[in-house]
Amino acid sequence: MIRVEVAKLLRRPRTWVTILALNALPTVVAILLVLTDLGPRPGTGPPFLSAVLSDGTLFPLAALGIVLPLFLPVAVAVVGGDSIAGEVATDTLRYLLVRPVSRLHLLVAKLVSVIVFVALATLVVGLVGYLEGRFLLGTKQVAGGVVSVSGTTLTQHQMVGRSALAFCFVALAMLGVAAIAVLLSTLTDSSIAAALGTIGFLIASTVLLGLDAADSIKPYLLTRYWLAFVDLFRDPIRWTDVVHGVLAQLAYLVVFAGAAWANFATKDINS
Amino acid sequence: MSEPVIRTQGLSKTYGPVQAVAEVDLDVREGDVYGFLGANGSGKTTTVRMLLGLVLATAGTIEVLGRSMPSAASSVLPRLGALVEGPGAYPHLSGRANLVLFDAAARRGGLGRARRRARTNEVLEQVGLDPADSRPVKTYSLGMRQRLGLAAALMRRPPLLVLDEPTNGLDPQGIRDMRELMLGLNRDGTTIFFSSHLLTEVEQMCTRVGVLDRGRLVLQEDLATLRAPTGRFVVRTPDVGPAVSLLDGRVERRTPDGVVVRAEDPAALNAALVQAGVRVSGLTPLSHTLEEIVLAASEQR
Repeated sequence: MIRVEVAKLLRRPRTWVTILALNALPTVVAILLVLTDLGPRPGTGPPFLSAVLSDGTLFPLAALGIVLPLFLPVAVAVVGGDSIAGEVATDTLRYLLVRPVSRLHLLVAKLVSVIVFVALATLVVGLVGYLEGRFLLGTKQVAGGVVSVSGTTLTQHQMVGRSALAFCFVALAMLGVAAIAVLLSTLTDSSIAAALGTIGFLIASTVLLGLDAADSIKPYLLTRYWLAFVDLFRDPIRWTDVVHGVLAQLAYLVVFAGAAWANFATKDINS
Repeated sequence: MSEPVIRTQGLSKTYGPVQAVAEVDLDVREGDVYGFLGANGSGKTTTVRMLLGLVLATAGTIEVLGRSMPSAASSVLPRLGALVEGPGAYPHLSGRANLVLFDAAARRGGLGRARRRARTNEVLEQVGLDPADSRPVKTYSLGMRQRLGLAAALMRRPPLLVLDEPTNGLDPQGIRDMRELMLGLNRDGTTIFFSSHLLTEVEQMCTRVGVLDRGRLVLQEDLATLRAPTGRFVVRTPDVGPAVSLLDGRVERRTPDGVVVRAEDPAALNAALVQAGVRVSGLTPLSHTLEEIVLAASEQR
């Protein structure tokens, strides 16, 4: 079932259109940077963006930083929100279930296919970012390595390893959004409602993060640790937020995927 | 008596205050073409969905192919083909790709890759679709989609077909094709349980009928029994008066051009009439139409 779901995902034109759209914003940013040569001052704007004018190899990370706060989660909300509700819309849910596909397997396969989508999307963003950085942006690589966020120098080897970690972290960071979207998708027959509801969670989390009075619940908010991937480029790596971030996402996954299962397992399929 | 294939006892479903299905005791046997009749909204689809484990019953038990549903769904459903309330398919894929995908989705009982290919061609031809057609399903007409849905149900040569309104949306030719296909499958041993709101359709195909009225099963009988001779005959004659006086006591009622009479032997009846000088222009056994039977059963409530 997981194989079939992933195949369905990959054969859907919409998947690729979404990924294409995800790459549009970093591409526009890259082009603007090249044309104007105006990078944000160090310490402002999306992470790594100030450095890419001199070192284009950092652009994949900058691109990740650009899509992470909004574009990527919105794409995940759309794909996840469509998971069950989309089967209702095509009248295929009941035929899958009488085939039979067990409800648990279907739910797990849907969740896995959303995660595959996240991995694929981040990978393509990274790849496109690399190509753009390589051919459009600065090639003035600092001899001996890249300057880390802490000011020390990281070797090429360290950079590759840490970039891989960063991409894994970003993929994991989307688990919570994926689980919420799948839960909402089991609650409504409308993919759009499920996707918008998920985006509502994102906006609520972002609003609360900016509110001092919400300090006590901030560590548990969905988006709190997303940008912690920058910490992977400190020297030495500052793990605290990265680990907290992953644990928070796993907690979201357990709670919301569990709720999705509880709802879907005994639901009357009247569609 | 042949094996029970579908059997429910006290099957009920309530949605909040609404009782959609109430204490239905279905009894479908091997080899039946069972017509499940009922008006729109009488609870047919809910009942079918409960049989398939899509909707959970509020009360009652269900046995399909000898196993309890929905607890044994994983062993029952692979041996059953279903069409529930209109076909469903992924619109951006071809009919073929849809069949392959659905079969591959099942964890158990799916066909192997090679057999799946061959079987896909077979069922597409069987339902009258072109196996070479690579257009996406979104370009299909409703009739073609319905055929595709039936093809999907037939993939594993199931011994039981559960079809909810199988002729919905089909043109007259499509309805005939569907009927012939169903009867052909039944001749080869497939038990067919199908729901319909069309009396004529059921009358033409079924060996057994169940009638659902506002959630209750008001009738369940072999069609042959229902339509058995009633021991009454319709005598058409221009001489109604003499006929009534001759057959006094046995006349059920008068019709504009004759009488309805209770009799054991139509030949003797005819001879008696003619000997008495009553001209007989027609003599036919009276049998009930399904419509009369269904209306009578529904009115008894």
